Amino acid sequence: MNNGYALELSSVELIALPSGALWLPKTHALCVSDLHLGKSDRIARRRGVMLPPYETRATLEKLDGLIEVLSPRMIICLGDSFDDLSAAESLDTSETEQLMRQQAGRDWIWIEGNHDPGPVDLGGRHLKEYHVGPLVFRHIADPKARGEISGHYHPKCNVARGGTRPAFLIDKHRVIMPAFGTFTGGLYGSHPTLRNLMQADATAVLTGTRALPVPFAATA
Amino acid sequence: MLDQATEPAVLLIAPTGGGKTLAGFLPTLVDLIDGQHQGLHTLYVSPLKALAADIKRNLRTPVDEMNLPIRIEDRTGDTSYTQKRRQRADPPHILLTTPESLALLISYEDAPRIFSGLQRVIIDEIHALAESKRGDQLMLALSRLQSLAPNMRRVGLSATVEDPTAIAQQLAHHPDPCQIITADPGPDPDITMLETDEKPPWSGGGAAYAIPAVLEQVKQHKTTLIFHNTRAQAEIFFHNLWLANTDDLPIGIHHGSLSREQREKVEGAMVAGDLRAIVCTGSLDLGIDWGDVDLVIQIGAPKNVKRLVQRIGRANHRYNAPSKALLVPANRFEVVECVAALQAAKEHDLDGDPKGPGPRDVLCQHILITACAGPFDADKLYSEVTSVGAYSTLTRPALDDCLEFCATGGYALRSYDKWKRLKQTDGHWHLRDPRAARNIRMNIGTIQDTDTVKVRYKGSFKPLGEVEEGFAATLSPGDTFLIGGQIVRYENLREMTVEVTRNASKKPKIATFMGTKFATSTQLQARILTMFQQERWPALPAHTAEWLHMQRDVSKLPEADRILVESFKHSRRPHTVFYGFAGRNAMQTLGLLITQRMEEEKLNPLGFVATDYATMVWSLDPVTDPGALFVADDLRAGFESWLQGNTVMKRTFRASATIAGLIERNLPQSRKSGRQATFSSDILYDTLAKYDPDHLLLQITREEALRGLVDFGRIEEMLFRTNGRVDHVTRDRVTPLAAPLLLEAGRVPIGGAGREKLLEEETARLMEISGLNKIDLKPSKPQWRVGW
Repeated sequence: MNNGYALELSSVELIALPSGALWLPKTHALCVSDLHLGKSDRIARRRGVMLPPYETRATLEKLDGLIEVLSPRMIICLGDSFDDLSAAESLDTSETEQLMRQQAGRDWIWIEGNHDPGPVDLGGRHLKEYHVGPLVFRHIADPKARGEISGHYHPKCNVARGGTRPAFLIDKHRVIMPAFGTFTGGLYGSHPTLRNLMQADATAVLTGTRALPVPFAATA
Repeated sequence: MLDQATEPAVLLIAPTGGGKTLAGFLPTLVDLIDGQHQGLHTLYVSPLKALAADIKRNLRTPVDEMNLPIRIEDRTGDTSYTQKRRQRADPPHILLTTPESLALLISYEDAPRIFSGLQRVIIDEIHALAESKRGDQLMLALSRLQSLAPNMRRVGLSATVEDPTAIAQQLAHHPDPCQIITADPGPDPDITMLETDEKPPWSGGGAAYAIPAVLEQVKQHKTTLIFHNTRAQAEIFFHNLWLANTDDLPIGIHHGSLSREQREKVEGAMVAGDLRAIVCTGSLDLGIDWGDVDLVIQIGAPKNVKRLVQRIGRANHRYNAPSKALLVPANRFEVVECVAALQAAKEHDLDGDPKGPGPRDVLCQHILITACAGPFDADKLYSEVTSVGAYSTLTRPALDDCLEFCATGGYALRSYDKWKRLKQTDGHWHLRDPRAARNIRMNIGTIQDTDTVKVRYKGSFKPLGEVEEGFAATLSPGDTFLIGGQIVRYENLREMTVEVTRNASKKPKIATFMGTKFATSTQLQARILTMFQQERWPALPAHTAEWLHMQRDVSKLPEADRILVESFKHSRRPHTVFYGFAGRNAMQTLGLLITQRMEEEKLNPLGFVATDYATMVWSLDPVTDPGALFVADDLRAGFESWLQGNTVMKRTFRASATIAGLIERNLPQSRKSGRQATFSSDILYDTLAKYDPDHLLLQITREEALRGLVDFGRIEEMLFRTNGRVDHVTRDRVTPLAAPLLLEAGRVPIGGAGREKLLEEETARLMEISGLNKIDLKPSKPQWRVGW
């Protein structure tokens, strides 16, 4: 938590964590985006390439770490939680059990994403969007929205040759979250889609050992 | 050649210009003269497609003149789809191809029909192929062909090499013998160092000082090839040469990062004799028939005597006249290296490292290729594979591991039951999904492309060339760099293409191409160290002798049985140089090990750069006790844990995982459409290292890295010969011998505490400048909190 970056969106306090998750301290809600669980399975099925099938385990372990420290009352998965709906079924017993343990005693929301548009049989509530107070949680940013928290683009930014890192993009209207999943790449912040979505004075918050804020305009 | 026509394998060693390629074809022409043979008779494989095209031209002339009923065609990556289809249905008598195209051919189901009548295979420039995995892939393909065409005889054509027997063993069907025929090597080449009025500088790799003298040589010769060790150096040199070329001599540039169109244009102009000089890298080495090249200039030190001699041997096709070459050292250190190389060449002291056993990543790819062609039997595959010299010691369990990897991924903790790649039915292995063959075929090959992005002028579709993705990521709008001899201005990165505009006004920032960076051979380095210990240096030019004297006065000259360490401040940061003389790869590893030790000692290392002879580290805090960093046992102990996490391993893993078929090559179309879907191979490496540390691919990576990029063997050799004898010299500024390191490309940043501190400073500074940190985060109205 000490290494997080505090910000405000529509007057709601948020903390961008170095792991790429977003913490809502007043409500004890934890938001993670683009887990892409079951990605290796989907790639094996679709392309016949067998990547190390450990990414679901790795992602859930990372989430475990956050749950242990923060004890969230609610967890919001911001879409593309599963690499596709069949991938959701490919999870092995130990992985689904781990997910069930994580869900126990807290509200769990699956926001639907382009990869996982239908409900999954893995507990929790399944929503297209989640509107609450002045905030809206959805998978893909709507340029007209205010107080919006979204994912989908997996933004990554490069600062002065410090290497490329997954990053939060933040301005007065929205937060675009980095991908939390282990087998995920990213879209450079310099991409026109992201530039157009964000205000000129947006901040990028680099993930890593500490959340590092930097003017979005100064990143590549 | 005709006398040996019935030998199962023949290796012909002859200098270029000796007509050895045509000699290789002689028995074929004799066989085919009567027009009786149906289908494919002879397969010719060369390392470069341009060479195949050249041979086609040269072979056709006599065949057409004599009106022989022989069909000759080439088949490379450039051959059209229709032509390729037709060749499969109706193969020519002589097919000229590359190892990759051949691997693709044997992956087709109709391979048995295509190759059933094959009589001979000719492998040109086999010495070049034998050094790399391309050679291993080729030999595995031949083992397949031998089963399809039991009568097939093998002919290898090679330049002069230090160990012909080793190549012969690779060529022959194991354990059959291989005849070696050595032709008269001809007169020794005439190699000297270029004399210039201007003295070479202390540091730098551009050799700009030599431009007038080089231009003068170009004027005096018909066609000159000007070789560089890296693409970036070739670009800078070409740029400077062009600025000085007031006579407007036609001079071209040729290297692997230029677009195909551009390269072909230059090759065409060269063959037509329209160019007086070509600035190039190794990409031209085997590229084309050099024709009337009468002078070869090597800019920068030749890292390897054998390669130098072979390169020079290609100039001047008149058999009895010596080829002529000039060495142009870029700085004073390179003067020493050049003199050492000249002595070695004169004494015919060719260097080379023994090759290890056949790499298993290539074997994995071969298994997948075999599966594409149809169901196969593992026992039969094993006997084929072990008939390849390099794989003759492969054990059956080792093959089974590779097969298991290809079939299921070979993971210890979790398996793909449903989505195996290969399945076994009635004892035969086959693809689970035959459609996967397409993907496998698209990923055939062992040549590693680094991730590159195309460069083009804004508003134009014609590519100028390519730069590395990592380099593109460091560019900001307005930055300038050199490509194809032109200074361009970076505008933006769009759809994985760097868009640039013309800009001649600024000094360019240089593109960091992954040039061909060979490690200087052990033999050459031993010569240099010996030379350093001379009292005086009569064999060296006065300026360089003076430079060495200066080093001796200010500091010391490195000795073979001690390690010299120098510390000084440069650009306000402490720098420390370790003179290990272990070759570039080992010195790079040493850099990683030393910076790790420095991280432990809280010296905040920021980065390092390695050359063949030294490693320079810069840090936030100075090194005061190098002996403590250099304790052999600590280095060795740190090596194991270090090996896992370091970038060289990740790079090696990426290469092996791509060859073995775990990672698909980044094809342009897939990158364009699915950028969010692709992710770094580093993530795969980290995941495997954490959950499955004994996985086959990690074993392969380790093996490869230890003898390749990591080269720990040469570090061991260095530790042994110096045995803890460390001399530490501290000076207030850079020493003569350390100067070349300051301008050395290929700096490796260290992502430790020091770097993190700097990044924090930089992000804070940017926030300060932008005023974004002034925004008040305190809530201005009551916090909303309902409904949670």
